[in-house]
Amino acid sequence: MGLEERLPDGIILTTAEKVINWGRTKSMWPFGFGLACCAIEMISTFSPKYDMARFGMEVMRASPRQADLMIVAGRVSNKMAPVLKRLYEQMPNPKWVIAMGACASCGGVFNNYAILQGVDKIVPVDIYVPGCPPRPEQLIDGIVKLHELVKQSKIKESEKKTA
Amino acid sequence: MDITTRDKVVARFGEKLLETSTAFDELTFLIDKGDLLAVVRFLRDDPALKYLHLSDITATDWLDRPKRFEVVYHLYSFDLRDYVRVKVRVGEEEPIDSLCSEWDGANWLEREVYDLFGVKFTGHPDLRRILTWEGFEGHPLRKDYPLTYEVPQFTYNKDEPPEVIK
Amino acid sequence: MDQKLMTINLGPQHPATHGVLRVVLDIDGETVVGCRPEVGYLHTGIEKTAEAKLYYKAIPLTDRMDYLAPMSNNLGYCLAVEKLLGVEIPPKAQWARVLLAEATRINSHLVWLGTHALDIGALSMVLYAFREREDILKIYEAVSGQRMMSTYFRIGGLAEDLPEDFGSLVQTMVTNVRRRLQEYEDILTNNRIWRNRTIGVGRLTKEEAIKSGVTGPLLRASGVKHDLRKARPYSSYEKFEFEVPTSDRCDCFGRYEVRMEEMRQSLRIIEQALAGMPDGRFRARAPGVVLPTKEETLYSMEALIYHFKLTTEGFSPPPGEVYVTIESPKGEIGFYMVSDGSPMPYRMRVRPPSFVNIAALPKLVVGRLLADVIACIGSIDIVLGEVDR
Repeated sequence: MGLEERLPDGIILTTAEKVINWGRTKSMWPFGFGLACCAIEMISTFSPKYDMARFGMEVMRASPRQADLMIVAGRVSNKMAPVLKRLYEQMPNPKWVIAMGACASCGGVFNNYAILQGVDKIVPVDIYVPGCPPRPEQLIDGIVKLHELVKQSKIKESEKKTA
Repeated sequence: MDITTRDKVVARFGEKLLETSTAFDELTFLIDKGDLLAVVRFLRDDPALKYLHLSDITATDWLDRPKRFEVVYHLYSFDLRDYVRVKVRVGEEEPIDSLCSEWDGANWLEREVYDLFGVKFTGHPDLRRILTWEGFEGHPLRKDYPLTYEVPQFTYNKDEPPEVIK
Repeated sequence: MDQKLMTINLGPQHPATHGVLRVVLDIDGETVVGCRPEVGYLHTGIEKTAEAKLYYKAIPLTDRMDYLAPMSNNLGYCLAVEKLLGVEIPPKAQWARVLLAEATRINSHLVWLGTHALDIGALSMVLYAFREREDILKIYEAVSGQRMMSTYFRIGGLAEDLPEDFGSLVQTMVTNVRRRLQEYEDILTNNRIWRNRTIGVGRLTKEEAIKSGVTGPLLRASGVKHDLRKARPYSSYEKFEFEVPTSDRCDCFGRYEVRMEEMRQSLRIIEQALAGMPDGRFRARAPGVVLPTKEETLYSMEALIYHFKLTTEGFSPPPGEVYVTIESPKGEIGFYMVSDGSPMPYRMRVRPPSFVNIAALPKLVVGRLLADVIACIGSIDIVLGEVDR
């Protein structure tokens, strides 16, 4: 119905918002931010068997200024927390955060003086991935869920999302 | 367990040893803190012993004792293939000789004991906190330091009221 | 010319520091004149946490220290507590422990090889190493249900009996890794870039190594033939045949040679352990301290009572202190356990090999070029979870 029927083959119609969000999900650049055990599973996710390249995510950025997804992989100590906060602030908008594993989500088994009880106390978290450490499949599931989230987002809102 | 170590150290230091024991097949000398350097140098330099490898320095907090800290040294001999434990009891605010002049590896191990227990080492070139950050209050591995804690105030939460996690 | 030094901060977020190590470097042009490693960014308070846990509940904490070698940490902790208790471990459990501890060594060395080569520029190595690592993780998962934090060793033996397909999984892993090790050496050993970046870099002489207290491949690559598996055999290591590789090169390449040969020797031990795996119990029969097996709780009232009491109250070892060290992939890991007769450890101290090894970093890098710092950090093979605990 409507305009699509009159168009020649090879042309599709969409909104700018949809196509921008689609583009964002297809080339998300994660920030290689490994802290502890989960970092090893994060590397496994990028290794041949699990192959994150399937989701357009094979480029791990060493600098926060080139990344738009921070995967907090591991426990965040109170000594590390200010560093993590600053790294997050250095990432350009729009940006997303995945708290990978129990420690990043809520402190895990370490409820003590040294560990920050969940990274959401200092940065806004979009997706929590459970597990200690999560399997690569779980992390991929979290990333796919994040993609769904991104597809539904409004461009204006994602630009404003700064802590 | 090697008998020679025990005999040689007892022969050399005799009365100065506060306690000599063998438990769980492990040899332990409890010495006065003034004798520490002499004892470890003897253990290291005696040609029949040669405890060349400083395996570990740590401490235990016995809260109810008059001298609450027990600083524990573990030495290893490549020749005898055995460990020996040397213990020194010190009170709070009582400094102890540093082993940095004897082993380079003692540097960080002593810093860790200082950081986590608050035992001070005289002659240490760089006695700073190592695992916790500058400005951390208290010494976490002391028995009177709570495991549950108050969230420290950083730049990210300086405006919020202090939060206590039970 | 201006002689002012420049101070560079490396880390705590840097892809080549293998975690959250921070190194402050004073450089004169490209030459490093001062190096101060700063640790503690992953300080987890594991020693303090263990003091508030029953003995058997502290095992999962040990997994999370050196997360590349969970089984070695479990083994060290269990041996220390077993020494306090005086429990005799049945042969099957000992053999399985040896086998899995050696698989862990390969696991850890593979990650080291991949990341170290990645830092120096051989990007593809990390993909190869992680591919072979999956074979080992499959074994972990088969025995314990977890890929990384297995917590498979328990005080008195193992958590469960070995699964039925254990033998075939191990055999596949051994065949794969042995073939692939040759491929790695083909890629690296005579690679000119690899040799230029590692030979003569990060020198640590025998005297310096002993004075610094470093252990493991770092010490053996400095020409000291010291391996606790041979010097003080634990868990029946004296019944296995293997060599302790050493190197007199004292540099990064020497450490590479030592670790590659260690993996081969580990494969040898694994094959021996698999071929000679004894039958019998996988957990000691020691009512009151070691959990009965599931079958026993089904037909024996006493076993059920012990099971209940152990899981709720734990056990109380006699007062005393033990220091047990084992050869972990990184070096000598020691557990100093102090018991005051209560069901929780009065003090659990871990002697971390990585912590002592990384303290020697200034000796390796001072006087070298800035780019060599990365090679040196890689060749020490640290795990920050263990450094900071």
